[in-house]
Amino acid sequence: MINKIVQTMADAVAGIRDGAVVLLGGFGNIGQPHALLDGLIEQGAKDLTVVSNNAGVGRTGLARLLDLGRVRKIVCSYPRTADPVVFEELYRAGRIELEIVPQGTMAERIRAAGAGIPAFYTATAVGTKLAAGKEEREINGRKYLLEESLPGDVALVEAWEADRWGNLTYRSSGQNFNPIMATAAQLTIVQAQHVVDLGALDPEKVMTPGIYVNRVVHVPYGDPMVP
Amino acid sequence: MSLFAACKPLSRNDMAERLARDIPEGWYVNLGIGAPLKVADYVPMEREVIFQSENGVLGMGPVPDPEKIDRWLINAGKQYVTLRPGGSYMHHADSFALIRGGHLDLCVLGAFQVAENGDIANWSMSDNDSAPAVGGAMDLAAGARQLWVIMDHQTKSGESRLVRRCSYPLTAIGAVTRVYTNLAVLDVTPDGFVVRDVVPGLTLEALQQVTDAPLRMAAKNS
Repeated sequence: MINKIVQTMADAVAGIRDGAVVLLGGFGNIGQPHALLDGLIEQGAKDLTVVSNNAGVGRTGLARLLDLGRVRKIVCSYPRTADPVVFEELYRAGRIELEIVPQGTMAERIRAAGAGIPAFYTATAVGTKLAAGKEEREINGRKYLLEESLPGDVALVEAWEADRWGNLTYRSSGQNFNPIMATAAQLTIVQAQHVVDLGALDPEKVMTPGIYVNRVVHVPYGDPMVP
Repeated sequence: MSLFAACKPLSRNDMAERLARDIPEGWYVNLGIGAPLKVADYVPMEREVIFQSENGVLGMGPVPDPEKIDRWLINAGKQYVTLRPGGSYMHHADSFALIRGGHLDLCVLGAFQVAENGDIANWSMSDNDSAPAVGGAMDLAAGARQLWVIMDHQTKSGESRLVRRCSYPLTAIGAVTRVYTNLAVLDVTPDGFVVRDVVPGLTLEALQQVTDAPLRMAAKNS
């Protein structure tokens, strides 16, 4: 019997290695797997590369992981949020590497990784300083940049519902990066608000088929209280 | 300032209202964070314009009453919003596929500078930015069919934001099609900026004096 449901947070985050590339779902606070982040903080892996749209808010979650010096590099589109104190301190002190990626290019690089596409051309960022070092090619009269896919060793995902095969649904704008990150890592770990019986999910509503998912932990925390 | 004695520059809300008048029913539109978001307030619900937000929301409605907030539904500015009947959700790769794929009729962005060749600078003030943050601006600027910019005509210190060439780091090249400022509406054409209209009481000569890039007047009835 396949059962991807794990009973403890320690089991959920077991085996994340030092130096891992961690894909972290969420946009702002919505759809961000805070319990898994806390689990990762507890677990101890360091020298991490974190791929996340934002660079953490306040001093909890991702910001705490940064604050503890566990992240070598962050790949994101928008490190500037309402309260990115920890990231800005580290960045100004030269203690963290930053790779800025346009948000759509970041999403497509992750999607491409999950779909087995090593690189693709996009018009985004042509002629800007984010084009530095990238191959530029003209196709049908328009200029494009070659962007490489962005796979992870680990994906940390928040879902709304999950079953023991790892089939997932998401809640409204809580989808954001979660479904694509779930496809793009060697080890996909999910925290789910609701764990349901196999067969309870309408197959037409499954947004991430279980093939992409390795572990599910039940974290029924309710609604995110800040956006 | 005597040049402006006879005219009243538009407020932020006036600029948003002026731009909103030009959005036809049926267009799919992304409004950038900040001043562009005000545009939605001036498109009446009965004129069906579909607003998209990069975080996977298509058919975004107005800000909810505080007691009706859905804590899972935010826009790209991380504010609570609503979904209109007929709206839909998607993940980030699909959201940017519709942007990159040219399916948006219009994106409205703020900017520091727009050049007469349509270059836009709106994400970073200098090459030594403390922590640059681009978000979806480069994807939107390169992907939408039309890119309209809403911004003040001049900086606070009186420098023109409509320039021959941008001095700030670029967001996209040759992307802007129209600019709405507190003084005028201008199209970006192969011949540079063409003035569509100006605030009452302002002459083209006076507008040119506060504009770095050369201006042309639109032909009547164009």
